[in-house]
Amino acid sequence: MDTNSSSPRVGVFVCHCGSNIAGTVDVEKVAQEISKMEGVAYAGSYIYMCSDPGQKLMRETIEKEKLDRIVVAACSPTLHEKTFRINSKNAGLNPYQCEISNIREHCSWVHEDKAKATEKAIKITKSIVEKVKNDSSLTDIEVPITKKAVVIGGGVAGIQAALDIANGGYKTYLVERDSSIGGKMAKLSETFPTLDCSQCILTPKMVEAANHPNIELLTYSEVENVSGYLGNFKVKIKKKPTSVKWDICTGCGDCYPKCPVKVPSEFQEGLAKRTAIYTPFPQAVPNKPVIDRENCLYYQKGICKICEKICKIGAIDFEMQEEIVEVDAGAIVVATGYQEYPLQNLSDYGGGRYPNVISGLKFERLLSASGPTGGQVLRPSDGKPVKDVVFVQCAGSRDIEEHKPYCSKICCMYTAKHAMLFKHKVHDGNAYVFYIDVRTAGKDYEEFYYRTTEEDHALYTRGKVSKIFEDGDKVVVWGVDTLTGKKVEIRADLAVLATAIEPSSGIMELKQKLKVSVDENGFLKEAHPKLRPVESMTSGIFFAGAAQGPKDIPESVSQAGAAASKVLSMFSADFLHKEPLICEINEDVCSGCGICIMLCPYGALEAEITTKDNKETKRSKLNEALCQGCGTCSSACPSGAATMRNDISKNMFKMIEVILE
Amino acid sequence: MSKANIAFYWAASCGGCEIAVLDINEKILDIIEKANILMWPVAMDTKYEDLKKMKDKSIDVCFFNGAIRTSENEELAHLLRKKSKILVAFGSCAHEGCIPALANLFNKKLIFDRAYQETETTVNKENTLPMTSFDVKEGEIHIPEFYDTVKTLDQVVEVDYYLPGCPPTPNIVEDAFNKFLTGDLPPKGAVLAPVKALCDECPRKKKDKTIETIYRVYEKEADPEKCFLDQGIICMGPATRSGCGHQCIKGNMPCTGCFGKTPEVNDQGAKMISALASVLAVENEIELDEKKVEELISKIKDPVGTFYRYSLASSFIKRKVIK
Amino acid sequence: MEDFEPKIIAFLCKWCTYAGADLAGVSRLKFSPNAVPIRVMCSGRVDPSFVLDAFAKGADGVLVGGCHPGDCHYAQGNYKTLRRVKLLKMLLKDMGLEEERLRLEWISASEGNKFREVVNDMVIKIKEIGPSPLKKEESK
Ligand SMILES: Cc1cc2nc3c(=O)[nH]c(=O)nc-3n(C[C@H](O)[C@H](O)[C@H](O)COP(=O)(O)OP(=O)(O)OC[C@H]3O[C@@H](n4cnc5c(N)ncnc54)[C@H](O)[C@@H]3O)c2cc1C
Ligand code: SF4
Ligand code: SF4
Ligand code: SF4
Ligand code: SF4
Ligand code: FES
Repeated sequence: MDTNSSSPRVGVFVCHCGSNIAGTVDVEKVAQEISKMEGVAYAGSYIYMCSDPGQKLMRETIEKEKLDRIVVAACSPTLHEKTFRINSKNAGLNPYQCEISNIREHCSWVHEDKAKATEKAIKITKSIVEKVKNDSSLTDIEVPITKKAVVIGGGVAGIQAALDIANGGYKTYLVERDSSIGGKMAKLSETFPTLDCSQCILTPKMVEAANHPNIELLTYSEVENVSGYLGNFKVKIKKKPTSVKWDICTGCGDCYPKCPVKVPSEFQEGLAKRTAIYTPFPQAVPNKPVIDRENCLYYQKGICKICEKICKIGAIDFEMQEEIVEVDAGAIVVATGYQEYPLQNLSDYGGGRYPNVISGLKFERLLSASGPTGGQVLRPSDGKPVKDVVFVQCAGSRDIEEHKPYCSKICCMYTAKHAMLFKHKVHDGNAYVFYIDVRTAGKDYEEFYYRTTEEDHALYTRGKVSKIFEDGDKVVVWGVDTLTGKKVEIRADLAVLATAIEPSSGIMELKQKLKVSVDENGFLKEAHPKLRPVESMTSGIFFAGAAQGPKDIPESVSQAGAAASKVLSMFSADFLHKEPLICEINEDVCSGCGICIMLCPYGALEAEITTKDNKETKRSKLNEALCQGCGTCSSACPSGAATMRNDISKNMFKMIEVILE
Repeated sequence: MSKANIAFYWAASCGGCEIAVLDINEKILDIIEKANILMWPVAMDTKYEDLKKMKDKSIDVCFFNGAIRTSENEELAHLLRKKSKILVAFGSCAHEGCIPALANLFNKKLIFDRAYQETETTVNKENTLPMTSFDVKEGEIHIPEFYDTVKTLDQVVEVDYYLPGCPPTPNIVEDAFNKFLTGDLPPKGAVLAPVKALCDECPRKKKDKTIETIYRVYEKEADPEKCFLDQGIICMGPATRSGCGHQCIKGNMPCTGCFGKTPEVNDQGAKMISALASVLAVENEIELDEKKVEELISKIKDPVGTFYRYSLASSFIKRKVIK
Repeated sequence: MEDFEPKIIAFLCKWCTYAGADLAGVSRLKFSPNAVPIRVMCSGRVDPSFVLDAFAKGADGVLVGGCHPGDCHYAQGNYKTLRRVKLLKMLLKDMGLEEERLRLEWISASEGNKFREVVNDMVIKIKEIGPSPLKKEESK
């Protein structure tokens, strides 16, 4: 495996990156200093190393100078390590004997003093040269793949991802924490920009997912624990007790009308009541009820059991326990969606205090034909028709000081939709909209907005609302028209806040289980914002939908498709190629002390006991497929038996040395 | 065959290593049969002047025990290096500094203050302290300089082989003598003991390591069947070269590390610090906040004395910084 | 001592702090050039031997950067790092080295600014306490 027996011939290629590096780092000096190092056979610079001519130059130099390993001093390895490794492979070198010295992100871009930046660039590069000198030539490790996927979150994004993967021929588990799939889209009335009825386009997909031979729905379930790694995850799923035996329940619905409990319906955004035994909405999939134990009289007070008496087939099971199932999966798609920023946080607008100040989703329910008002726009406070309605955009969004710094993206469009639909329903009504900007980037979006203002005559005022308060049965909205500078006061029947959207509750726990990152706002963080927008930093875990950032339906669905195609392309091979940068246990050194075994997060190390001449010998044994190369064991191994390939501590000591020279 | 010339010397040591030579019992007679002993401070009277007069490389093997504490130790190290074909660092002091090197937690001034002033039984009103030269009736007297820092033998001269241990155990000593007398020698620089850590030879029952909390030896009656670490008692075995015959373990005392680090390791203490801290409370580590971690770690007393009892002088940091 | 420029070695875990430092770069934040990074897979890869070796070779400071607790790409590497660093600090204290010279920081991939602040702050603090005494420690 080792090719460093004879003295290495290192080539060092210093990139100018236009002026990105060369502007602050004296690249010629870097090359010159590095060329003085022992083992460096070539050091030169070029304007764009990653460009075609740059890569060609590298290949030619490798051949001409008979280089056997190279260092590219350029941008962060996250960007081009792969590019340069492939290039050096094409030049006949082992890709793992190509290393990147990051002199852009970690140097030229963050320093101003050219002399100091140059000095630092030299140090960084020297340390990488020391590393590459000891790098062995390695080959990738092949790991078999479990060709099954888990999709977490059953909103439109999750449903779409599951369908796409299942249609590709692979078993997919769709995990949804509510009792029905559907997500927020199930609550929407009609959808911009085409105004199709949301349920009408969503329900068929829900049913298709439920009936798909490759999809196993795990609703009323949550991910409990995830272990394993790309290609071979083990996902523990907690099935919460529904208290109804779904395998025999026919979904007849006889039980719920008789239940004496009435609590606000989550699906109807509190505008109507539901019972303790319930399905969230009539088209629920699966269309089976659950008992809400927090509110059920039996669980709370030990009385009632009416539903049990009603149910002829005996599906009610008050003793049902939660169940943990474990599934194997090669890939995971996270599509846990969003929630509205709590209205209570918008106290200047009377959020949470006044019944007639409501959120966007509540208004969706008021507009919906299947909503509590049958699609009539009535005031939540007294059920009287609404004549004047004020829409407040950016409620909690784009507010760095107090609320969310980001743009929630969908509110401009759904507000336009709300205003339009309102006008369609209440022809003599007035729809006032306060906005900061109207952002309508999207196919047919600007046209849609145009129709709202020009055809349906919604009244748009550019300005921020400062206060909303109640006066009699009206809500009074104070704002400033920033175009005229005038104060505006509107007395309205209803104020609809286009509240910011934020990641679904529980995202923090979930991301820890999955070992993925979130950004500063809690949205899932993609591996690269432009180039790898549906992948997480953790191999084998992908994102779809609003969990990754505010998104409308078309975007959520396309991202779901993209995530599914990533999964499918992964499943199209029988083996995964894994970076061989993993641990190695030197049997001749390992004393079997057992220190490392419990430290490995993947259980890749195991004590192996052999008996020879009546003497038991204990050794640590590595499972290559499981090791992810974190190096925790190696740092801990007190005898130096556990080392990391191409990161053996000898490299490290040399690297430290040249940095501190 | 002519007899080999061997020499022993003691620098800063307790004398135990000299005695250790005798621990091989009657085997010493075989050695005397095959070798002339030119120098052996504990048993014979050899003058430095005689040594200086010897021809260079006239000693075949010199067993040098003790660390370098004074200018005399250093001078003799150079002298013996010159006179010997093979120079062996014999025992932990010469090998890695050992107990004398724990004085590296102080400097000359602090040590003198303590020894010549502060000790309860000392009366030294004139504050008389050792001087390197002073006049007496008979003339000027020179005594060796006491250094601030204790060094290992190989920090002052080149060393050919090492015999680990405080002191080296008879099996190691005997084996080494045989090697030298037969000329069956490993590559230069080798430590003449097995490469694996002590756990390899330790017969105690070992689990995969997780330690809930740390006990000091006197706080707990150790089960003689079970690995000390598994019982929460710090044992340096995992970070210490084997070959000692696990004598301490047999006596139901944990290994304190006198055979030094294993060959793949650079700093014995650092590695044991890492190993121990890693397995400490590893099973419920998620629940520990920084304060709890601090509490747990504070159960480990005297890190230098625990992890560097023998290897301070040869460690990365080597001595305490005293301003 | 005016022109004392601390030498700092920064061991940065690939998944969080190294990426955070990348973000500092992408955001063109400016900060002291004194810290030279070494990329490690996980803060759990930082062997205390590396830290002590760096000090022995004259580093004025060592920064270990990892993911926030719970965020380690390898689940729990950083918890081990925390315990190791605490014990190391105890040792450093007994060896007469100022605690501030060794710093463990949790810096996520989105905290470019925190990376900058930490490096700057470390440079300031180390300038205050002066060069590592180990640099001159060649006395007898
Ligand atoms: C008022 C309003 C009006 C809108 N109108 C339109 C419109 O007209 N047109 C349009 O294109 N878009 C519209 N949108 C946007 C649309 O709602 C979203 O684009 C879409 O719902 C995103 O789908 P999703 O699957 O990503 O998330 P969601 O719909 O939020 O689905 C996420 C699912 O994941 C589940 N979940 C969450 N956490 C977990 C967990 N830990 N474990 C298991 N399951 C979990 C949830 O229960 C939910 O079922 C509107 C949004 C709002 C607020
Ligand atoms: S037992 Fe519970 S769920 Fe059933 S009817 Fe009574 S309150 Fe409703
Ligand atoms: S820690 Fe090292 S010596 Fe101990 S069992 Fe693991 S590999 Fe072997
Ligand atoms: S490097 Fe060690 S601890 Fe990390 S995954 Fe591999 S075997 Fe496990
Ligand atoms: S740690 Fe000590 S007691 Fe345990 S196996 Fe190793 S040498 Fe034996
Ligand atoms: S990967 Fe960042 S601390 Fe483990």
